[in-house]
This record gives sequence, C-alpha cells and structure tokens, in this order.
Amino acid sequence: MEQPANLQTQTTKPQPKAPTGQLRKAWADLWKMKALYIMLIPCLIWYFIFKYLPMYGLIISFKDYNFSEGILGSPWAEPWNKHFTMFFHSPYFSQLMTNTLLISLYKLLFGMFPAIILAVMFFECRVSWLKRWVQTLSYMPHFLSWIVIYGISIAFLSETTGLINRWITEAGWNAVPFLNSTQWFRSILVSTEIWKDLGWGAIIYLAAISGIDPTLFEAAKVDGASRLRMIWHITLPGIRNVIVLLLILRIGSILDAGFEQVFVFYHTRVYEVGDIIDTWVYRTGLEQMNFSLGATVGLFKSAIGFVLVLGANKLAKKWGGSIW
Amino acid sequence: MVTSRSDNIFNAVIYVFLVLVAAAAVFPLLYVVSMSLTPYSEVVKNGGFIVIPRKISFEAYERIFGDPALGRSMLVTLIVTAVGTLVNMILTTLAAYPLSRKNLRGRTFFLLYIVFTMLFSGGLIPTYLIVQSLGMLNTLWALIVPGAIATFNVLILKSFFETLPEELFESARMDGAKEFRILWQVVIPLSMPSMMTVGLFYMVGHWNSFFSAVLYITDTNLYPLQVVIRNMLLLSQSSELQAEVTVPTAAMQMAAVIAGSLPIIAVYPFIQKHFTKGMLLGAVKG
Repeated sequence: MEQPANLQTQTTKPQPKAPTGQLRKAWADLWKMKALYIMLIPCLIWYFIFKYLPMYGLIISFKDYNFSEGILGSPWAEPWNKHFTMFFHSPYFSQLMTNTLLISLYKLLFGMFPAIILAVMFFECRVSWLKRWVQTLSYMPHFLSWIVIYGISIAFLSETTGLINRWITEAGWNAVPFLNSTQWFRSILVSTEIWKDLGWGAIIYLAAISGIDPTLFEAAKVDGASRLRMIWHITLPGIRNVIVLLLILRIGSILDAGFEQVFVFYHTRVYEVGDIIDTWVYRTGLEQMNFSLGATVGLFKSAIGFVLVLGANKLAKKWGGSIW
Repeated sequence: MVTSRSDNIFNAVIYVFLVLVAAAAVFPLLYVVSMSLTPYSEVVKNGGFIVIPRKISFEAYERIFGDPALGRSMLVTLIVTAVGTLVNMILTTLAAYPLSRKNLRGRTFFLLYIVFTMLFSGGLIPTYLIVQSLGMLNTLWALIVPGAIATFNVLILKSFFETLPEELFESARMDGAKEFRILWQVVIPLSMPSMMTVGLFYMVGHWNSFFSAVLYITDTNLYPLQVVIRNMLLLSQSSELQAEVTVPTAAMQMAAVIAGSLPIIAVYPFIQKHFTKGMLLGAVKG
C-alpha cells in the first residue's frame, strides 16, 4: 500500500500552476497510464500483506512473543540476541545444518548427472515416436504430490507389505525397514526426488542441446567422428555453460532441502538424520508454540539464503557474461 | 557407412535405456493400481501382495468412497482448485500486464518490489501470524489467499506479454480502446497458450497442495484430499486396526493414493506440452 500512496504524493505535486515542462510531462504520463496503475493495486496490496508484513513480523525474533500481546505488544527479548544464542548453542544447530546441507548436496549431485545423461539420450534418439512417448511418461511423476509419492514408496518399501521387501525375503534375506531407519532415510529422500524430477530436469538440458549449432555435428560427421565422440566433444561442451549456470543457481538455494518432501517422509525415529531447518522451524514454532525461536531460525535461514542467492546470481552473471 | 555397426549398437543402447526410464516412471503407478485391486483372499494365498493378482476386487474403492470424509475432502479440493485458480489468474494477469509495458513509469521499482520477495522471505512463522490475525484460520480462504500470486508465474506471463508487437497496442488505442479493454480483448486472447500454461501450473499446485492445510486448517471437515490421504497412510502404518478383513488396509491406502493422483494422470497427456513450454519460458527468464 505504501507504493500507491507514494505515487499519489508524486502525482499531486505537479498539479499546481506553472510546473516545469518535465513535471507536466511526468504527470501526463502517469495520468495516461492510470488504468495500468489501477491494475497493479491488488497485486501491490497482496505483496504487502503476505510478503512484506511477514518480513516485518520477523522482529519477533528479537522479542518474547506471546499470543495475547501480539507482534507489537510483546516485550523485547533480554538480551536482544537471546533466541539466536539459544539456537547457536543448542545441540540442534549442528544437526540441522548437517542434515539440510547433506540432503541438499546429495540431491544436487545425484539428481543432476542422470538428468544430463537422459537429455543426451533424448537428443540422440532417432525414433521420434519413442522419444515423444518416453518424454511424456518421464515428465509425469513431476506432477504427483509428495503424499502420493509417499504412498507409492510405502507400496514398494514398507517392511511388511512392500514389494521390494517381498523380493528380499524371498531371496532369503531379512526385510529392510527402508522407511523407518536412519541408515536409509536420506537415500530414500534422494531417490524419490530423482524419480519425481528426472525427466522434468532433463527438459532444460535438452533445450540447451537443441540450441547447439547443427553444423558442428555435420562437420564432425564428415570428419568421421563417432557419435560417442560427438557427445563428448560437441554436445557436452556445448551445454557446459548451462550446467555450470544451473549448478550455481542451485547452490544459491542450498538451504532448501525440500520441506514438503521431508515433512511427508520423516517421523520421530529419523529426526537424527532427516530433520532439516524448515521442519524444525515448523515444529518449534507451531507445534511447541515457541514462535520467537521459530521465527529466529527462520530469519537465520532467510538471511543466509539471501546472501547465497545474491552471490550465486552475481557469479552466474559473471559466468554467463563471459560466454554469451 | 563404415560406422553403421557401432551405430546400431549405440542406437540399441539408447532405446533400451529410454524404455527403462519410461518403465521406471510408469511401473510404480501400475503396481499401486494392482495393489488397490487386490482382495484379501489373494493376499492370504500369496502371503502378501504380488505384481499381478489373479483375482481383483473394487471393494477397496467402495470402502474408501463409502467414507464421507473422502468425498467431503474431494469437494473441498475441487472448490479450492476452482476458486483458487481463478483468483490466481486474475491477480497474476493484472500484475503481469502493467509490468510488461516498457513505458510504465516506475516499472523497475515495481519489478524490484515483487522480485525481492523471491530473494528474501519472512518465513513460516510470521506468515502464519499474519494469516491468523486476518482471521483466516480454519477457512478455505487460508488455502487460497496466502498463495494467490506466485512471483515466478507473474514473470512467465510478463515475459510472454512482452513478446506481443507494440503496433498491436497502438492500433487498439487508435481505435479508442482503454487499457482494460486492450487487456481483455486483445492481450488475453492472443496469449491463450501461456495463460493456459500458468493456469495449469496453479491448478496442479492446488490439487497437490497439502502443507497450507496442515498449517492453517484444524477443522477436519475442511481437510483437502491430500491431507485425508496422508492421514490414511499414517494411520494404518502403525496399526492394523481394521476389524473386517475382506479388504487389506494397504489396498485401501493405495486406492486413496490413486484417488489423489488419477485426475492429474488422466488429463496430464493432453496438457503436457503446455507445461514443458512454461518450464522453458521460465528457465530462459529466470
């Protein structure tokens, strides 16, 4: 709301008589476009309420929030960084950071290479109907909810009824509690994520490959290069920039380890390896009603995330600028 | 060609690999369907679930749809999806169109205003407190309004609007059309493909969403479908409380999973190309 208000103060100023020509022109411009500003108003209000007010609400990280007194009325924390020191000195801190970073990194590493390989295969596939079918089918899991995917993992991995455990026990081994053990939890997160987004992730690499100058391939063919050599010397170098770019951008959001997924898959027994910053914030803030501590950790995450994203964008621009 | 032999091997490897990828995407769903159709007698006979049961029964579906909770949650999800997508589209279009006009004064500022929220956010707890203080807890509005605009989609739509030729606007204005009419009668009809893309993204998002309900809804009558499915999955994970044993619990769970994904799977093949396009548009701009 501040923004439209600002505009109005700007727009009322030029109205008095004998303004300079520039101001008059500015005013005329604004007036001519008033409809556009009117269109923007709902969106500006929405962003203010649901995006900027919560940022303001972060001041409860420095307060002892309680329900009856609200965000403004609650007393300031004593000392001001009470919740921060509490979090940094708690045993949770290292556990949450480790889990968040590890899960994120594993997803990044193990998710990226299969997607690139799949994109190359799509590009090399000479039978267009096969390519189309496989593309359609492999994008599909991306549109399923994490709840549905959790249901599917139960079907396969449950200790009692899961298909894979049936095969394992039939082979004479003991059933493995995939969904309930700290040993398997992260692998399950990473592999379900790969299942969901493998095909979808390949789209962007495929688009990049399709942008490579086809004369390069023709020339290589004339020179007698095999297709494997062409992949190695033309295709992969051709999308190197895109790969690096995406890698940088992903590192910018490394603190997002997949909140919804972890939330659906985890439970008390796997907190040790699966509890990430977001899930901890949710439990502390909304289940234990410790709003201030929850908001503090949220602020910690947002602040680091902000620096990382800005850094990543800067890096990406630098990298992109030197190539394109 | 000299290389035709190695070429053939190469092709074969690729085809096999691609078929495996497709199978990996589809088989889990088919198995879930098969589980949901397995009657208890089959489970007893085979000592568990197998990929292709001899006998099938639809009892699991009858049972879960006999439970009023599931029907009600489907209705909730349908309402939220329909109303939510409409609200999404109106607000997103109204934001994207002015921002796409390059001669809009203050455009850089407005863009910064919305893009900044992608970089920094107040996070879960303060957002919850805002929604709470607006009195939206335990209303369907909490599932619609806080997520009414996705900045990413505004940017997708904006970049599409920017590709429309400037002469279009000039001639429309020459004919005396005002901005709202230009948007409604010129811009939107010409942008149907990308409007579809964005609308479908929102729609699938609403259908699949469960976390906003976990946050804001405690009234079980207002639970959306995904939350009810989740509760079914969690409940009988811990115990086999079902007294009657004609339908295995797992079959009922899987029937619920199918109920939660079938609408998407059913329409997906027809709308797939829109999604891919949206993904690329966003990627190029993002």
